[in-house]
This record gives sequence, structure tokens and C-alpha cells, in this order.
Amino acid sequence: MKNTISSFCVVMALMLLIPGFSGRAQVYADSSTDLEKYMVPATTPNAVPNPQGFLGRWLLLEPISKPNRSNTVFTDSYIREVFGVQYFPGQLSSTLPKEGSKVKVTVEYQPPVDLSGGRPMGFNMAAPQYEQKQVQLQWRAFDSKRFNVKLFRFATNLTEDRYGVIFWACTVVNCEEDIPNVRLAVGSNSASMWWVNGEEAVVLSGDRRMVMDDCTSKRLTLHKGRNVIWGAVINGPGMSDFCARFIDEAGNPVRNITLTTK
Amino acid sequence: MKKNIFLALVCAFISLSAAAQVGAPYIHDPSTIVECDGKYYTFGTGGGGLMSADGWVWEGGAVRPGGGAAPDAIKIGDRYLVGYSTTGGGLGGGHAGKIVTMWNKTLDPESPDFAYTDPIEVANSVVDEDCDAIDIGLLMDDNGRLFCTYGTYFGNIRMVELDPKTGARLAGNQPVDVAIDCEASIMIYRDGWYYLLGTHGTCCDGVNSTYNIVAGRSRNPYGPFIDNVGRDMLAGGGKMVVAADERQFGAGHFGRYIVEPGVEKMSFHWEGDLDRSGRSVLAIRPIIWRDGWPEAGEIVKDGNYKILSRRRGYALELTVDFVRAQGGRGMFGRGADVPVESLPGQSIVDVIRTWPEGEIPVRANDYMARPHQQWTIQAVPSAGGYLGGPYYKILIQGTNRALAAAEGGEVTTVPAFTGADEQLWRIEQLTDGTYRIMPKAIPGCDEQLCLYSVGDSTPTLAKFDFNNDNAKWDLKMR
Repeated sequence: MKNTISSFCVVMALMLLIPGFSGRAQVYADSSTDLEKYMVPATTPNAVPNPQGFLGRWLLLEPISKPNRSNTVFTDSYIREVFGVQYFPGQLSSTLPKEGSKVKVTVEYQPPVDLSGGRPMGFNMAAPQYEQKQVQLQWRAFDSKRFNVKLFRFATNLTEDRYGVIFWACTVVNCEEDIPNVRLAVGSNSASMWWVNGEEAVVLSGDRRMVMDDCTSKRLTLHKGRNVIWGAVINGPGMSDFCARFIDEAGNPVRNITLTTK
Repeated sequence: MKKNIFLALVCAFISLSAAAQVGAPYIHDPSTIVECDGKYYTFGTGGGGLMSADGWVWEGGAVRPGGGAAPDAIKIGDRYLVGYSTTGGGLGGGHAGKIVTMWNKTLDPESPDFAYTDPIEVANSVVDEDCDAIDIGLLMDDNGRLFCTYGTYFGNIRMVELDPKTGARLAGNQPVDVAIDCEASIMIYRDGWYYLLGTHGTCCDGVNSTYNIVAGRSRNPYGPFIDNVGRDMLAGGGKMVVAADERQFGAGHFGRYIVEPGVEKMSFHWEGDLDRSGRSVLAIRPIIWRDGWPEAGEIVKDGNYKILSRRRGYALELTVDFVRAQGGRGMFGRGADVPVESLPGQSIVDVIRTWPEGEIPVRANDYMARPHQQWTIQAVPSAGGYLGGPYYKILIQGTNRALAAAEGGEVTTVPAFTGADEQLWRIEQLTDGTYRIMPKAIPGCDEQLCLYSVGDSTPTLAKFDFNNDNAKWDLKMR
């Protein structure tokens, strides 16, 4: 028995020496795409950032159809133009939309993506002209279960749109005191723009993949009390998501904040 | 024709200024550079030496009495220990030599405290023994021990230990042979290794001098000093640290200057500089540590570069709309029988009309060989410099648009280079071969900050930290 225990200990010690074996429990791939795997409705009064400082509580508007056959069109000028459109009342306002509220938005209609062939067929490539249509979209408050906010699954689980869309997100960062010299650090798929307390803070242009801390704002101050963050993410074909956090001068996450959607 | 000649002369002056120290850096056998009250000093054979307010523009004026040959200098506490050999290295036929040291509270000859103590002998050689006591090299290691090497090709390089309080030889200390076939030796200490550097080759023959600096290393200050292929320096071993350049020849008399962790310089002389009548001049180069061995880095040469972050490998670029280049799309599946042609790359005339005219911010992005990612780096001769390098302007290639430090510790570009301090950049190769890029001044900020990747795609200005890839850049000449 002693020998068995010794052998076990030796094996475990050797395994710890194997590169890449950190002792962390193995996580197996999960093919499910249910929304609750990615995010759950916000039910508590407030939330805190995750251990890495990522902001998980967001008020998300159901996607606005904006067909684009390629993400290569997302130049700085293009996204400024597209995000400069007033889609709904209170856009970029310091007062957040009410959870569950609905807004009427005029969109460029695109038929739902046909998945019957196994591979998403994307858009009707032969029909670049899209019909204008007014739709009703709902604001929903979620807590992400991951460091990122999987917009694509928000869309596929709750709406008919998945590609060629614009997502709007907002949240409130509450501080007990001023926190100067921090930066909003964002990664997004694809392009996005972000505002802090009404000021443009970060622009991610181009056909982007989501990378943590890809682009950051200039140094800014999170003020004591409410700080309102808005973001807009646009995507053509492909995955949509974003991750956002505040980092300090040393690149460390800002965690002494709370998040609300009111 | 006259205009062409004038332009050629201007270009020659620019390249000269970026390749070597400027001013009147004429010296032979320079001592290790020492900083005193904000100025840099080095002493040479025959007495006297050079001084510099910024480390780039050097002039005569340093004072060392005693004549003799090949001094060295080191700061210990708040005093300076200067050593030299009172003799000339067997040039007269004999090999009797004497190494002495002396102290000074300051190296500034204008200071009221400037006064050398009487020199005291710390080592010697007699007429015909296997050593010639000249070319002192001083090292204080991390344990506070003070070592002195000396000697020439005539026999052995020797080592003695000195008392760091008095500069005299430690009582009872006996010389130890540590190398042969070199001169201008000195030790340096790093990561528990003692490195012995010596100068091989032919001295004192101008541009025909084959002087070159080699190194071996040991865990023990008394050796054996072994080179990279296992040869003892007592058997002639040594790995090359710096040899001749294209226009300068005869690298000798190594000295190490640590600016801060990750930023190190080596000083030495070129026995002959073709750009300066073949005279002997002071040289300063970055030290690169590669696999535990020192070697000479490069002063940035004028040219066209891509500037890549070490954080992600992204290229510094203007924040402008990406303009698609023509070619390639829809070519999938074409057969080999379709004729191929060479397509032109995107040029600045294709895109510059799409750029704003005022300030344009910068960011980092995938390198795509596009005009908004292509930079010209040029020394600015009138702007002075820093230890071992001139200030540079960094322009978008083919334009006068200049990289500039901005309010709030950020970075931007301005439409035209004006020579303002915030448009001047200190570019230094670090000990790992990467580069630090620092503005000469930052509007509204007194701190020294460097170009820094705060995000993969977001450059800013922040404090330099050698252990952080965010603070480092690669320069790739295009």
C-alpha cells in the first residue's frame, strides 16, 4: 500500500512537471449553444467584475439588422457613420433604457439565414439592395457567465438575426470614489465603438477578432457614483462578441466597482 | 551637378552623425565612461580626456594628470577612482610598468572640489617578466569587491584585488594570470558571471589596426575565463564582442555603462575612422546580451522602417481608413495556365488624399506594407542626443508627417516636423536586441516615458520597464 501511495505521488509530481499540465480540471468541449451556457438574466441589484475585471452585466438590445457581406468594409469612417445614426431614443444617454422596454427601429431587412445545408449560407449575395422595414426590438439585462459577452448566441437564441447586425450594449459602472488614470480596454468581433460618460473612448475598426485588451481608451477618470458605458458592435458574417474591462496604469484590472443596468 | 554634390555632402554628414559620436571625440585608449553631476567623462592615453553634457556631443576638457597610458575610471560611493599606467607599454623596448590609482571627489575640473589625490602604485612589472603592467581595467562586483586587470600582448593579463576604500592593493594579494595575447583588459560582472574582456589584434595603426574585443567568462573572478567554445583565455580563447565596422576600424579598450536595467552601453575607441581622417575616436554602442554573451548592438541608421510592437507584433500606423489594394480577389481555383504578373504595391499617392490634414492619431495593427505603416527614421544633427545616440525624427515615409508626444502622455502625428522637442525621439537598442523609443519631451509632463503598447492596438506613453514587452519595439529596415 505504501508503495502504491508513493508511486501515485511520484506520478502526480511528474505530471505537474509536464508542460501545459497545470493541475486545472480538464474542461471538455461542449457543443450546446443554449443561451444559459453564455449568459443568464440579471436578477440581482448589482454585479461585480469577474476576477480579471471584465464587465459582465450589460443591457443588450436585440440586434439591428445591418447587412454586410464582408467585414472588410469596417473602416473608421464607415463605423463612425453607421454608429452615428440615431437608431432609438436615448441612444448614448446617461439614463439607460428600462430592462424589457421595446424600441421601434427601422432596419434593412434580410431574410433569416438558411442553415438547412449544414453550412450557413450567409446573405443573399445576389441581392445587395435591402428593403427598409420597421421592427420592434427589446432591451434585455444579462450577466455574462464568461469573460466575454457572446453576442452571437444572444442573437441566435432570442432572434432570427445572426449575421449582418449591429448590437448596442450599455451598463453603469458605480464607484465609491474617483478612480483616475484608468483605461477602458476592449476586444470585439468585429468592429465596435465605445463611449464613457458620453465621450467617445475606444474605436475598434476593421475585420477584427476579439482579443482581450486589444484597444484601449486614453487615460480617463471613473467618477464617484455612476459612470455610463455604451458600446456598439457591428458584424457581417461570422462570430460576434466583445470583452471590456477597466485597467489601471500598470495594466491591472479595476475591480473596486459595481455594475448595474439602471 | 553642384547641387548633387551638395546633397551628397549633406547626406554624408547625416549618416556620419548617426554612426559615431559628434563634436571632437578624438581620444585613444578611452577609460570607461563615468557620469558626474550630469556630465559624462572619459580619459585617454597621454593625459586629459573628453567630456559631454549629453553623451552624444563630445569635446575635450576632461583633466587627468600623470600622463602615461590607457586609464580607467570608476565611481565608488561618492568618489571617483582613476587609474592609469605611468609607462607606455614597452614601446621603448622595456617592459617595466607601473599601475597607479588616485581619487577625486569630482571629475568636473571647474568644481572647487576638483583635486586628485597622490597616485599610489597597485601593480607593476619588471623589465623582462611575462607581463607589461599597463592598461588598467577596474571592476567592482555586486559583492563590493574591487578588481584590477592589466597587461599587454607581452605575456599575461593579470588580476589583482584592490581595497575599495583606499584604492590600494589588498594586503597580501598576489597577481594571478588570467589571459594571454590581449591587452586593454577589463572585467564586467553579470548574473553571477565574471566576464573578462580583452582586445586582440594590432594596435595603433590607424585604419589598418585590426584591434577587436573578445570575451571569456568564469564564475570565479580569478578565472579560468572560458569562451563560447570552451577555450581558456589563457590559451588565447575569446568570443567576439565588437570588431571593425564598414568605415571604422580597430575596436579597443572596452568599458561598460549601465544606464538602467536593460539599457547598457559599451565604450571603446576606433583606432581609425575613415570619416574623420583616419583618427582615433570615441565609440559608444549598445550592449546586447545574447545567450549570456555581450556583443555590440547598433546605433539606428537613417532609413525606412516598419516599427513593430513586441507585445503583439503589430505595426505602428496612422489611424486612417484602410484602403483596399487591387489584386488577388477571385483568383482561387485559377489554373497554372493563367498568365501571372507582378502587381505594384500600394503607394502613398494611392492613399494620401484619404488622410486628414491635421493631427492624425496612431495605433498598431497587422503589418500590411501600406503607406500609413511605413516610417522613415532620420537623425536630427542639430538636436543633440543622449549617451551613444542622436535624437531622431520619425516620419511617415514620403511625407513630413511626424510622430509626436502629446498632452496627457499620449502619442500622435503632426502634419509637419518642426524640430520641437516632442517630435524628437531617443531610440536605443536594449540588451535583448529590441528597441526603446522615448520622446525628448512630453507636453505637460516632466516624466520620462517611452512608446508603450497599452493594448495590442493602442500605443501610448508610459514608464519603461525592461521586463515588460509593452515597452519594447522591433525596428525592421525595409
